[in-house]
Amino acid sequence: MTKELFEVKTGLAEMLKGGVIMDVTTPKEAVIAEKAGAVAVMALERIPADIRKDGGIARASDPKMIKEIQQAVSIPVMAKCRIGHFAEAQILEALEVDYIDESEVLTPADEANHIWKHDFKTPFVCGATNLSEALRRLGEGAALIRTKGEPGTGNIVEAVRHMRTINTEMAQLSTLRRDELMAVAKEMGAPFHLVDQVAETGKLPVPNFSAGGIATPADASLMMQLGAETIFVGSGIFKSENPSAMAKAIVQAATFYDNPKKLAEISEGLGSAMKGLDMSEITPEERMQDRGW
Amino acid sequence: MQGSFAKHAYSMGNLGIKSRAVRTAEDLKLIDALILPGGESTTMTLLLENEGLWDPLNEALKTLPVFGTCAGAILLGQQIDDERVRCFNRINYKAERNAYGRQIESFSTTLVIPSILDHDFHAVFIRAPKFREIGPEVVPLAVFGSDPVLLKQGKVLVASFHPELTDDPSIHKYFMDEIVLKSR
Repeated sequence: MTKELFEVKTGLAEMLKGGVIMDVTTPKEAVIAEKAGAVAVMALERIPADIRKDGGIARASDPKMIKEIQQAVSIPVMAKCRIGHFAEAQILEALEVDYIDESEVLTPADEANHIWKHDFKTPFVCGATNLSEALRRLGEGAALIRTKGEPGTGNIVEAVRHMRTINTEMAQLSTLRRDELMAVAKEMGAPFHLVDQVAETGKLPVPNFSAGGIATPADASLMMQLGAETIFVGSGIFKSENPSAMAKAIVQAATFYDNPKKLAEISEGLGSAMKGLDMSEITPEERMQDRGW
Repeated sequence: MQGSFAKHAYSMGNLGIKSRAVRTAEDLKLIDALILPGGESTTMTLLLENEGLWDPLNEALKTLPVFGTCAGAILLGQQIDDERVRCFNRINYKAERNAYGRQIESFSTTLVIPSILDHDFHAVFIRAPKFREIGPEVVPLAVFGSDPVLLKQGKVLVASFHPELTDDPSIHKYFMDEIVLKSR
């Protein structure tokens, strides 16, 4: 990817920083999200909690629904395609969505290969559970990384695990001598030039957001204090008792994430958050985070 | 509040200038000049209003030198015909949001700005606005095609592109040298 295209792709992610990106399934929900202060919406047919409940194959959304959401709001509209399903991605690009999420929330289309994202002008966001995975996605052309977490659970534990893992691995890389990096890159199964770059800078060359289990303002604060630059909220808003209030509160929490007094005010009287799932209630086959590699 | 504030802080840091985030009315008392970053103008409007920061900021902007990029530039102009965004009327134009189109139309280009820079400037446009109904008191410093993209009026400097996304801090330097320091 040329430097110019890379900076245009990551540039939009820079503009989304300090914000909240919300999953929406209808134009009406998109308007609620925009009115609550979302920096972008993710258009999808069913939110992860319902995909989990309903079962079956989850695919990219109906173009009609995506277009209606694009018309309803002025903020960027993102949409998901299945892992490895480059035809779905081509359709999303034709629809001019602002970001494509090659997402483990949908049923994977290719168990061996992810999409070669350099071929697209539309930027991609991809999930990662650790640094190696993040660097492989960047090698394929992703312009933004997010933690996978465990989507549709309202349980923050996996997002925390993934964010801490990525942070720790970056810190470890930066302590190594340069003559040790090739062996590490081999071990990680990650492109050498990206391993080298992270070792030198101590951070990812693209923004790092968080997704997968965020359900309260405190969850948003936790992830941002751990280093997330923006928050994706999927089921956490429209599965809560009062979506509009919860959406607004999480937006405020993304700004005041390091101000506990403010967070206490923000968190007051929001009604109940989504019920959520403990990880022990999910069978290994149901874990979305293990989709992709 | 939201947006590319860290990138602006980095550009200012490259010039040896200290910056801080403004999130409350108290923070406003601690600064000599303000940057309204790129980001989402709808989100910024809501955060400013919900936090009771819109009025204090509006008051402060009557005297404070300010640099707005992209969304920041939209907020500094005359009120636009979109109730989701509230503008400060500090510079005389109306911005048209996302005037080039969606992200697929975002681009980078080289700008020649001889009035203020002795070198070309690499400019990144992200879902950029265009400035319409520009008043005679507004000085265009740079154009792309037929569209003015860097403008000045008194203590207000605005860009529809993102100087904070490149490693060249020379437009930030222009803001500091020619607007902030000269308005003291």
